Amino acid sequence: MIPPEFEYLRPATIPEAVSLLQLHGDDAKILSGGQSLIPMMKLRLARPAWLIDINHIPGLAYIREEGGYLKIGGLTREADVENSELIRAKYPIVHDTALVIADPQVRNLATMGGNLAHGDPANDHGATMLALEAELVATGANGQRTIAVRDFFLSIFTTALEQDEILTEIRIPVPAARSGGTYLKLERKVGDFATAAVAAQVTLDASGACTKAGIGVTNAGPTPIKAGKAEAFLRGKRLDAASVAQAAELAMGESQPSSDLRGPAEYKKGLVKELTKRALTRAAERAGR
Amino acid sequence: MAKTHHIHIRLNGVEKEADVAPRLLLIHFIRDVAGQTGTHLGCDTTSCGACTVLLDGRPIKSCTFFAVQADGREIRTVEGLASDGKLHPIQEGFHQEHGLQCGFCTPGMMLSAVALLEKNPNPTEAEIRWGISGNLCRCTGYQNIVKAVQHAAAKMQKGVSA
Amino acid sequence: MMQTSPEIGGMGHSVKRKEDARFIQGKGTYVDDVHLPGMVYGHVVRSPYGHARLKSINIEAAMKVPGALAVITGADLAAANLAWMPTLFHDKQMVLATGKVLFQAQEVAFAVATEQYAAADMAELVEVEYEELPVLVDPHKALDADAPILREDREEKSNHIFHWEVGDRHETQKAIQGGPVTAKVDAVFQRCHPAPLETCGCVADFNKVTGKLTIWLTSQAPHAHRTLFALVGGIPEQNIRVISPDIGGGFGNKVPIYPGYVCAVVASLTLGRPVKWIESRSENLQSTGFARDYHMTAEIAAERDGTVKALRVKTLADHGAFNAAAQPSKFPAGLFSICTGSYDFPKAFCEVDGVYTNKAPGGIAYRCSFRVTEAAYLIERAMDVLAYELKMDPAALRLKNFIPPDKFPYQCPLGWTYDSGNYPAAMNLALKMAGYDELRKEQAEKRKKGELMGIGISSFTEIVGAGPAHTFDIVGIKMFDSCEIRIHPTGKAIARLGTKSQGQGHETTFPQIIAQELGIPQQDIVLEEGDTDTAPYGLGTYASRSTPVAGGATAMASRKIRDKARKIAAHLLEVSEEDLEWEPGKFFVKGAPSKAKTIQEIAFAAYTNLPAGMEAGLEAVHYYDPPNLTFPFGTYICVVDIDKGTGEVKVRRFIAVDDCGNIINPMIVEGQIHGGLTEGLAIAFMQLIGYDESGNVQGGNFMDYLLPTAVETPNWETGKTCTPSPHHPIGAKGVGESPNVGSPAAFVNAVVDALSHLGVRHIDMPVTSWKVWQILQQHGIA
Repeated sequence: MIPPEFEYLRPATIPEAVSLLQLHGDDAKILSGGQSLIPMMKLRLARPAWLIDINHIPGLAYIREEGGYLKIGGLTREADVENSELIRAKYPIVHDTALVIADPQVRNLATMGGNLAHGDPANDHGATMLALEAELVATGANGQRTIAVRDFFLSIFTTALEQDEILTEIRIPVPAARSGGTYLKLERKVGDFATAAVAAQVTLDASGACTKAGIGVTNAGPTPIKAGKAEAFLRGKRLDAASVAQAAELAMGESQPSSDLRGPAEYKKGLVKELTKRALTRAAERAGR
Repeated sequence: MAKTHHIHIRLNGVEKEADVAPRLLLIHFIRDVAGQTGTHLGCDTTSCGACTVLLDGRPIKSCTFFAVQADGREIRTVEGLASDGKLHPIQEGFHQEHGLQCGFCTPGMMLSAVALLEKNPNPTEAEIRWGISGNLCRCTGYQNIVKAVQHAAAKMQKGVSA
Repeated sequence: MMQTSPEIGGMGHSVKRKEDARFIQGKGTYVDDVHLPGMVYGHVVRSPYGHARLKSINIEAAMKVPGALAVITGADLAAANLAWMPTLFHDKQMVLATGKVLFQAQEVAFAVATEQYAAADMAELVEVEYEELPVLVDPHKALDADAPILREDREEKSNHIFHWEVGDRHETQKAIQGGPVTAKVDAVFQRCHPAPLETCGCVADFNKVTGKLTIWLTSQAPHAHRTLFALVGGIPEQNIRVISPDIGGGFGNKVPIYPGYVCAVVASLTLGRPVKWIESRSENLQSTGFARDYHMTAEIAAERDGTVKALRVKTLADHGAFNAAAQPSKFPAGLFSICTGSYDFPKAFCEVDGVYTNKAPGGIAYRCSFRVTEAAYLIERAMDVLAYELKMDPAALRLKNFIPPDKFPYQCPLGWTYDSGNYPAAMNLALKMAGYDELRKEQAEKRKKGELMGIGISSFTEIVGAGPAHTFDIVGIKMFDSCEIRIHPTGKAIARLGTKSQGQGHETTFPQIIAQELGIPQQDIVLEEGDTDTAPYGLGTYASRSTPVAGGATAMASRKIRDKARKIAAHLLEVSEEDLEWEPGKFFVKGAPSKAKTIQEIAFAAYTNLPAGMEAGLEAVHYYDPPNLTFPFGTYICVVDIDKGTGEVKVRRFIAVDDCGNIINPMIVEGQIHGGLTEGLAIAFMQLIGYDESGNVQGGNFMDYLLPTAVETPNWETGKTCTPSPHHPIGAKGVGESPNVGSPAAFVNAVVDALSHLGVRHIDMPVTSWKVWQILQQHGIA
């Protein structure tokens, strides 16, 4: 499979990349990890006339805590997220997520920014970022702006990023004490997209009651789904079998999967329920119920 | 025709330079421009890993990477595993443990394994299976590949302690 | 059989593979690695429709691509009478479409350019106008009165290809009506694909000066392909050289001749330049030989004590657009009539109807001997269903009905003569390895707790080694195979065979046979195959036939050499031939073992010091026509756990006891078993080439046609028994396919077993999580 021809551009700075995006408009695409874009080009489903390779822009790949946030640079490779000790220790839900994205080779190139900016509801980080209430930093001609992740995913392959914006940073609020989370994905085999997956992050108070719950669902609708009703239901409740089951039921109701080779919609709804149950239980354990 | 780019790639320790079209995939650079055919193409969906090479030491799928992206970087393929006529322990492991049959996936599989062992010199079986999960093999059922990687790990450990 | 020393390395030694050296250093030569001066590239234009009339093809835009050389269409081929080619089974198929297309991804045109990238660009720019026609995808509707007739080229205006039956219809029906216990299962063996990691391809190089056509080809049968190119293309056979270089897995996929090969040859003949065509993975899955697609029903009648009385099998075979079943038996359904399996059925009847649909052609023998996988799967599923009807343990039911060891050679009711077997021995070993009784106890306890665990058994019998000339041929060519051995003056040797390894390790194993027979150390013997200019004629490697057929040829050729060596040794030792005794590596005088001549000394003498009147040299060739097929067998036991919440099935253990007769190289046999079991796992749980109602292929790439990774693949526990083939020169039977033939039923039986207390009797493959979950839902368990 051979991609169609394109012109290759290699800006050295973000402003340069942004001005190239402005110059070439919809005919241009950002080349980050390329692990979704290049396969689509090889199938000739995507045919940008211009590829703007941002991999040579310094300072876009980092993982650090700063100002109450975990900040991850848009160009940070999934493998680096997976291998980060900080993330493994303090943000296990993010570690869980990175670990099940595609396969080891793909994770060595794929970037966290690209995963989100692609706007594919089957991509894994979306659900986790929804559960964590992350913020995304978009850099464009007028500088930076911050987009709450719940406002980011508009429809399939469409995000709140403007044509001339680049997703440069992911900001995850540093979790409060007694917080825990996980990402559970059912896939047909390693490398597959999720048949369904659920991200859950909870914070408990001293009594064990849930002060905050975040639940995101992968590949169960036109965008990653935030299970807001389930989240609201859990607030103030102890995470016992009954409340977890009820929340799982609500999350299932909020998901909108469609039937495909991974299974009928009915099955995927059932999976959302089951995985929500398991994810909440695990999240609560990690929070130190 | 798209503008070509003059690129330099250090391939198995040797500097290669060429004018390439932007769309030239790295696998085709390695096989057709550099003439090193040990790296294979087995699918068109970034699934099989037969084309795995090391980019600055990390395994990537060279069918999903443009040659122009590798400009100024270091690529290692199966041809770069043995040194001074001496097989790499992973190559010995595959031979000793019958870790290959048709041989088509073997180069990519070995490179994934080498990267795994460089990161984790003493992996568990589960870690090995996870580490090679981006490489498909149709012949061996993986069991002897796992043994081959264990063989290499033991050999490399011995090399370190010696 | 006498075990030779490790230095000789004859049969039974786990000799490390000779071919490894080049593969682990990236120095294999697969077809895509062949690069010739002036080589150009072809790219196939394919139909997006499952059934459509071809209105027009416009190549103008394509020919404007820089580097464009030609676009070949069906009309061009028709002018040379090459638009159609014969299949291997009494049908013909289009090389490039004329008139209409009959399946999605069918070959419509062939674009040729100086560069690979340009050829791809050209293919995209070839404008083809289609008029869509009604699509037929359901084989059950193929014979309906309102079904569209797909094949306008045939005289019969019907989608029916063949009806074939064997056995006693009347007696079987009577027995089944009589019961007293009957079991019935409807089982689909889904359309799947061998998907070797290397796709198909070729480099065709026609030299206009010498008139010689050389084709580097991904071929499991290079000699047969040479003859077919000669017969179809009208090129004198001496002017065709087919070279099968290293092959990156075959599994039956590389037995047929595909349109892309023919197009590349035509392009090379036209342009006078070497033309390379390598298909993409999607093209491989969507257009080259699929396997299975058998829609089967089995009914068994039995006594109340479990003794089986009769088996009746009815099957609908979906062959796609052309009957391109690559199988050389004289029977339209190949060896499917082995469906009585390992059991002593007094009566049996089997019928098969083949139909055309708008799907890719094929029906190839994917790691099996021509429908034996379908047969083994069906009988092993049906025996489990019978066990449930009888409330009998499936192992006990099998043990009760096995063909007894003393009944071999065994004449089965559908006409085969099984060479040898000891089925209880293999099963008892497997039960012991598994700890079967303990597992059943554990299952019962788990059930009480509401947990789902299953144990699946498959006691398959294989039929391999095509084959005896009376039953098999390819376009009339008998299914022998060949070996030519030349011993050099220094006692080293070269052997050439008519087979072609695709990963089976022939370069290691065949020298071991010669080492066994002649005592020449295996490392002193070089093996070559795959070049039709040098190797003796043979029919190739598939259907586990290399060891049963070419292995026989190798032993027989070695023995011819030994016979001559005996004469030379007698001359050298100045005794009569009758006074000599042989042990691997030397002849010695009876009663005086120190008076001996080694095979190396004899080889030297063959060129330097011959008896008067004897021809110089020490070489032989043998073409071996086996008297019968061989019948490997085994028992597989699979243990699964089911996640009730998600429907996921986890294979906890898999025990495989194989009996393939005498073993040449235990290490390689075990490797074959690991690989075949993994392919069986994929078929049972993951793989399907499906079509939607519009004829769009689903599962046409590796995103959706799933190959298990190391993570999904369990550890395999292997064991063996040894029942040599009585008719085979070295008592071997062949093993490459057994694990793929025997395992699907073990996997499915295990899942059904886990759910059997709910009344579940069958689940069609692939047994996906969602299918299991739906069953659990229906029973209020998920």
